Amino acid sequence: MDDGRRRMTGRRALDEAILPTLTALLVALVAGDLLILSYGQAPGAVWRLMLDGTWGNAYGIGQVLYKATTLTCTGLAVAVGLRAGLFNIGAESQLAAGGFCAAMMALLVPPAFGPIVAVPLCIVAAALGGAAVGFVPGLLRARFGAHEVIATIMLNFVVLALLNWVMASGGLAVPETLHTRATPHAAVPRLASVFDAFHGSAANFTIVVAVLLTLVIAWLLFRTRLGYELRAVGLQPAAAENGGIRVPRTWLVAMVLSGAIAGIGGTNFVLGYKTYYEDGFAGGAGFLGIAVTLVGRNHPLGVVLAALFFATLSQGGLAIHALVPKQMVEVLEGVVILAVATSGHRVRRLLRMRPRTGAPAAPVAAPVTPPATAGAASTTVRG
Amino acid sequence: MIGAILLQTLRIAVPYLFAASGGVLAERAGIVSLALEGFMLGGAFGATLGAYYGGSAWAGLAAGIAAGLLLGAIHALACVRFGANQIVAGVALNLMVVGLTRFFLRLAFGSSSNSPRVAGFGGEGSAGALATFANPLLWLGLAVMPVLAFVVMRTRFGLRVRAVGEKPEAAESLGVRVNGVRWLAVVTSGGLAALGGCWLALDQHQFTDQMTAGRGFIALAAVIFGRWEPVRAGVACLLFAFAEALQIQVQGTNAIPSQFVAMIPYVLTLVALAGLVGRSVPPAALGRSDG
Repeated sequence: MDDGRRRMTGRRALDEAILPTLTALLVALVAGDLLILSYGQAPGAVWRLMLDGTWGNAYGIGQVLYKATTLTCTGLAVAVGLRAGLFNIGAESQLAAGGFCAAMMALLVPPAFGPIVAVPLCIVAAALGGAAVGFVPGLLRARFGAHEVIATIMLNFVVLALLNWVMASGGLAVPETLHTRATPHAAVPRLASVFDAFHGSAANFTIVVAVLLTLVIAWLLFRTRLGYELRAVGLQPAAAENGGIRVPRTWLVAMVLSGAIAGIGGTNFVLGYKTYYEDGFAGGAGFLGIAVTLVGRNHPLGVVLAALFFATLSQGGLAIHALVPKQMVEVLEGVVILAVATSGHRVRRLLRMRPRTGAPAAPVAAPVTPPATAGAASTTVRG
Repeated sequence: MIGAILLQTLRIAVPYLFAASGGVLAERAGIVSLALEGFMLGGAFGATLGAYYGGSAWAGLAAGIAAGLLLGAIHALACVRFGANQIVAGVALNLMVVGLTRFFLRLAFGSSSNSPRVAGFGGEGSAGALATFANPLLWLGLAVMPVLAFVVMRTRFGLRVRAVGEKPEAAESLGVRVNGVRWLAVVTSGGLAALGGCWLALDQHQFTDQMTAGRGFIALAAVIFGRWEPVRAGVACLLFAFAEALQIQVQGTNAIPSQFVAMIPYVLTLVALAGLVGRSVPPAALGRSDG
């Protein structure tokens, strides 16, 4: 009986994860076809070109991996916030601030120390930079109850303008450019330095950091008290409060953590690709993190898969540019997000209505709540 | 100098006023308005297409409004009909519109940056006082917030919008069709915000890539800073525009870095959010998709 229910729940979870994604892909495919046809090209040829240019050769794969690295970080950042019930729209500026701080640290560390010392310090600086940006909306939420969505949007503009100003008037930018001095002593090696095939692509060993980060976040969310508190607050803030969890403090921690993760994403460009900070390098990867989380169903492993998907789209846009404007993929990204956001709800509703033999329709959602409260009570001791 | 600053303030404020009025209407009905930026950009592009193919500013205006209504309908379809997360839908719509305008800019005009010169309001020296005052959109823009204040606070429809945004269950129990009111509010907000885009395109006589440049978010800031009240939001628009106009006038002197002036709306809104200058309390049902 118990086993049966678990299997049922598992299947539902799978349904919920896969159906909206498939629907979204289908909608995106149709939308893409329409755009391609409107441009007077053959859809088949364009899609094939997109596949060839991404997963069809080592350079393409390298580029996809590079883009997926940043997107994994911003996706994880948004996911951690969402698990605590907070919508972090600020990953864009947290990413930029992280990259900026990494570059500043690289400038500070004497070149003689070499990458063994410089790279870890830069990663810590990136995390701190992102965390500082995440701290502000976290504090506003925890202390004043200010809505984090609006706070993070507003802060995006403030932080990006501040960085722009520091670069312009702080004498940091190399004359005639928008970037800082290159710091090769703090470079993360390219994948090409080990695997020749990746030659020319931006893929670098920051990807290892992203993978480790994914595992750490998965462990943190599902195996630690902090993760438990985050999820409890996200599911039922009132119940969590009754259970002795300090909800405002958890919000603050979640936003700081979220900012730190996004900030680490900045090292992919700054340490792994260019070895300098450049104004505007984030280029929407922070906003795309929202899409990555959504498609990845808020789960660290799902985030990685979704990051690979959106990285493929983004790199695919460059591949098809000869036939169709690369902006097509921007439309498709929007379409995918809209479709997942709408069909997720739709599919859930359909599933709830569909009568299933042997299992009552409602109870699947029910067991989620009581443990959250019951378990929370046991942590009251903490004071 | 003062005259120039005031004229500049008006010219900058008009798109904010249109977009913020759309934001107030949708948010008072309980639907988050992150898509204002997309509505504006879509409106600007529609206006350019209309003016190009229709040959007149009025054709542009009609097409721009139509584009805004269409985008508003997409947003309403996602948020009201399908109960999608409104924040996600807004982000997605903005992204999609940037892509769509770029794609069709290439398709229609073969350019990745701007359209050719099209018909518009105001002649060659369109930044001049005479041309500005001859632009009907200026007067419409100045009137929109007072009119919206009347509609929201004094009409049956306005009462329903507020009821739906504060207590959808109560409104429903009194026979108000919650989703119907929200549909109307969101679609109208798309049209209103698109008028702001029309102003930009028809004033500059062309469309340039991402020409709204975050104005939709400044308008959203004005909505929040204005505590979701039409007239207050209108004043916030004028205030933000005045700061920008002042900055443009003192640009040569380097008195204040332009980045700091650009931050003013956002910082003020953050301060207002924190409740330091009168508390910003959103409509109770804002963002809830279950209403």
